[in-house]
Amino acid sequence: MCGAPKQGGSLAGIDLSTQTVIQGSVWHDGAPVAGAYVRLLDGTDEFTAEVVTSPEGEFRFFAAPGTWKLRALAPAGKGQRVLDAEVGLNETTVVLD
Amino acid sequence: MSRNDVLVNVDWVQEHLGQPGIVFVEVDEDASAYDGGHIEGAVKLDWKKDLQDPLRRDYLDKTAFEALLSSKGVSNDDTVVLYGGNNNWFAAYAYWYFKIYGHRDVKLMDGGRKKWELDGRPLSKDAVERPATQYQASEPDLSIRAFRDEVVASIGSKNLVDVRSPDEFSGKILAPAHLPQEQSQRAGHVPTAINIPWSKAANEDGTFKSDEELAKLYAEQGFDDSRPTIAYCRIGERSSHTWFVLRELLGKTDVKNYDGSWVEYGSLVGVPIEK
Repeated sequence: MCGAPKQGGSLAGIDLSTQTVIQGSVWHDGAPVAGAYVRLLDGTDEFTAEVVTSPEGEFRFFAAPGTWKLRALAPAGKGQRVLDAEVGLNETTVVLD
Repeated sequence: MSRNDVLVNVDWVQEHLGQPGIVFVEVDEDASAYDGGHIEGAVKLDWKKDLQDPLRRDYLDKTAFEALLSSKGVSNDDTVVLYGGNNNWFAAYAYWYFKIYGHRDVKLMDGGRKKWELDGRPLSKDAVERPATQYQASEPDLSIRAFRDEVVASIGSKNLVDVRSPDEFSGKILAPAHLPQEQSQRAGHVPTAINIPWSKAANEDGTFKSDEELAKLYAEQGFDDSRPTIAYCRIGERSSHTWFVLRELLGKTDVKNYDGSWVEYGSLVGVPIEK
């Protein structure tokens, strides 16, 4: 599989003692944005993965500990956020300008 | 072969909807994308359920491919225009696959679903039925497909282009980061491979970069035009994207896609790995 699994929802079945999960939602004008394209970029700004947000505006990545950049792209605008992730659950929000 | 023969833009697609002799085909791994709305009249190919052998790890044999295209209503004379999600990874894989079986006129829609959606173009939920055909495939063209023994024999002599992300190339992660990182194979890359991520060939909206930008990219990354080339990734779809760029857009000769890719190579006993 290389296509993204369903975004958001339960963390059941995900081993948070080994996985570095980066998840959150995309917001614009006080509401979550469904169908936004969210990219995970590594420390050199290189593309690592991309998913499309769920109807609730959620995204999820399985990364590794370190610094990552999230970039969101939707017809409503663009947004980005940098975060330092650790093993376990890392939650964040990306707001579109 | 030039860009205009193998690539159409979203405007062209919108202008040619419903035109006889053109079949639009959405190729996704996540088939729910198509079901939630697709380009009007487009038929669906599910990368896994339709395009992979249900038992062995391989693509469909000639007879099964003929049956699939016949059932989807694709004729040998049709112009097939492929598009899909994941920045056209799976559509590019299908393009390579249609070429393996000798389809005469196949093109990609530049930017795929993403570009179409970002532009706010119309999507349809109407069921698409096309009358069945009698599709005839050619014998597989293996000049564009690499197998594991050839990859091992190519270390140090051919361009081995690893198109995964730098973190997958270095072995920091084992799969694209939208997937759980639990895999059985070893991490790393084929010795002497150069890492030119597929994403460097695409703009943020999923469209391909210009021929000039692409030519510069590969030249700068150490691609040797005098050598044959094998592209690989994890399961062979991102490398189809790069195969498309190298062979179909830049016109390089002797370019193969290794669809076994890292899932196979990283599981082989005794082969050399670099990290």
